[in-house]
Amino acid sequence: MSTEQILSSDGIPLEISLKKAERKNKIKAMLLVAPLFLFILITYLMPIGDMLFRSIDDRMITSKLPNTFAALAKWDGKELPDEATYEAFYKDFYPLAIAKESGKLYQRLNYEKSGFSSGLKKTNRKIKKFEKGNYKEQFMATHKIWNNVEYWVALKNTAPKWSYAKYLKGVDLKLDPDRNIVQMPENRKIYKTLWLRTLKVAFFVTIFCFILSYPIAHLLATLPMKYSNLLMICVLLPFWTSLLVRTSSWMVLLQQQGPINDLIVMLGLTADNARPELMYNVVGTFVAMTQILLPFMVLPLYSVMKTISPSLMRAGKSLGGTPFVAFRKIYFPLTVPGIGAGSLLVFILAVGYYITPALVGGASGSLISNTIAYHMKSSLDWAFASALGAMLLTGVLVIYWLYNKLVGIDNIKLG
Amino acid sequence: MSLPSYTPLHYRIWHYTYLTICGLVFFFLIAPLFVIFPLSFNAEQYIHFSSGMIALDPDAFSLRWYEDMIWGTKNPWGLAAKNSIIIAFFATIGSTILGTVAALGLSSRHMPHKAAFMAVLISPMIVPLIISGTAIFFFMAKVGLASTFTGIILAHIILGTPFVVITVTATLTGFDHSVTRAAASLGSNPVNTFMKVTLPLILPGVISGALFAFVTSFDEVVVVMFLAGLENTTIPIQMWVGLREQLSPTILAVATCLIIMSTLILVTAELLRRRSERLRGINQ
Repeated sequence: MSTEQILSSDGIPLEISLKKAERKNKIKAMLLVAPLFLFILITYLMPIGDMLFRSIDDRMITSKLPNTFAALAKWDGKELPDEATYEAFYKDFYPLAIAKESGKLYQRLNYEKSGFSSGLKKTNRKIKKFEKGNYKEQFMATHKIWNNVEYWVALKNTAPKWSYAKYLKGVDLKLDPDRNIVQMPENRKIYKTLWLRTLKVAFFVTIFCFILSYPIAHLLATLPMKYSNLLMICVLLPFWTSLLVRTSSWMVLLQQQGPINDLIVMLGLTADNARPELMYNVVGTFVAMTQILLPFMVLPLYSVMKTISPSLMRAGKSLGGTPFVAFRKIYFPLTVPGIGAGSLLVFILAVGYYITPALVGGASGSLISNTIAYHMKSSLDWAFASALGAMLLTGVLVIYWLYNKLVGIDNIKLG
Repeated sequence: MSLPSYTPLHYRIWHYTYLTICGLVFFFLIAPLFVIFPLSFNAEQYIHFSSGMIALDPDAFSLRWYEDMIWGTKNPWGLAAKNSIIIAFFATIGSTILGTVAALGLSSRHMPHKAAFMAVLISPMIVPLIISGTAIFFFMAKVGLASTFTGIILAHIILGTPFVVITVTATLTGFDHSVTRAAASLGSNPVNTFMKVTLPLILPGVISGALFAFVTSFDEVVVVMFLAGLENTTIPIQMWVGLREQLSPTILAVATCLIIMSTLILVTAELLRRRSERLRGINQ
């Protein structure tokens, strides 16, 4: 039995012409996605890559002081380096001082070991009057850091082009002079607390949102449409309102002379002069973030609950289950996908929250994003900000991946 | 929600407790927004309810903070509003066009690796804003667009497109592709088919995506903070600066205007959503 090839009208076998058409359609679809994809790739994904690169890039010192590092390569790190090294440093530093380009160097080396900044600044002023020859003595007379082996060791330790020191700092670890990973001294351990606080706030905000959303999502899903549409406005209006507006309304409510404190005093829970501090601490962050993120939990829960047929609960009850048992064994398990979707979304958003903690959180309620912003804008340690950002990003992407696996990214509901 | 007469007492109690809890949660959601309204009409310079306001004395209310917002000499709200509108307008157009076109491609059944592309295109919505801000700032500084309108608009297009992609792909699920094939078989070219057949059908989704993009841009502060110079300040930036210094009644007046705006946008979006569901034959 021979199979005859089916030909299309222009004499080409149908199989080939179908494949051709499919390929054409595939290319067409990809061409439609291409503009946005390229735009996001160039203006967004590559810059994020650049940010990750900055967090490990440590070539600045090596490129500014090439002769010094060449000389230090042979140095054993036990005693002060020899005259040739000091001369090499003079050769590198003198042009920088003349061209006024040494500022970045102070800052960067001071992260490595404090004292560098003042030492280098003084050297920067004096180096212009240095005489030829005998550089070691002249340097040592200029500032005490040049008499100290530790500073030279610290300088030599910056030789590698790539460094993961910023990541270590982000989890309260550091490299000691012998390049071993050690704990930061107790009084400088701040980042572990910060990470834990960020996770704690995100976790509890997610839990609070879940507890508050579940009953109202259920109510919205079971009420007749004309009532539920009206109540839905209560969920959607905050969702559409500016974040800053919502945060400022919490600032009004939570301030010392604000309505909530007035109420507490009126109820006689506390004396007028002992009003509790509700804002500028972690309480403010919790309350405001819970209210602001609540719609992101209600909407996925609602859309799942909407699909659960009421007859299932009735069937459960008719088979002898109490309403509680019917709820626990039938209704609740069916809502688990909605709980997962809402919780992951709220957690992702909460973990990177910036505006609200910055305004109502004070020092004890600020989160990792606030620290990243601080290092971007105030301390200008961009490499460290990038490293913290990379760590936060990794965490968020893991949850995002999980979300995609469990819920599917195309199932995100927006109102 | 009236209960049948045979409902046992303990269930009755439970039912009313449940309704009370729901009422409290709705109150928690919506009440904070309404506290701003009366205080923005305060005649005094304080952000708490004066005794006159509680007694509803007309003298305790005034429009002075609204006047201050519009005509106040030191207040940059006029400039900020102008900038915000310009930025949001162009950002909305950019994200709507890019997002809609991409959504058309993503919804095609011929698109390979759909989920992966979708995940990438949605990522600006998921990645914490502070990271997006940092990365976009590095990029804009490199290409010389920091503190320019172009830079801010491009940044807002990045942040706005995920919303358009999501809403338009949602509208396109259940889209009957035979209508476009019918148009093609009647001799219409693809562009004409899109304009005359596809676009009118998916328009509600496109507009609600555009509204999301507009609101995102209009409300965005973190990225603008990195990118904006003094002359391209926006409403959210001014509010942010004001709130960091001191809560002033003028800010509450601005906030009231923004709440009214978001109410209007919400109503539009809701009407569009219902129309879209009706058009696609999704029964409520």
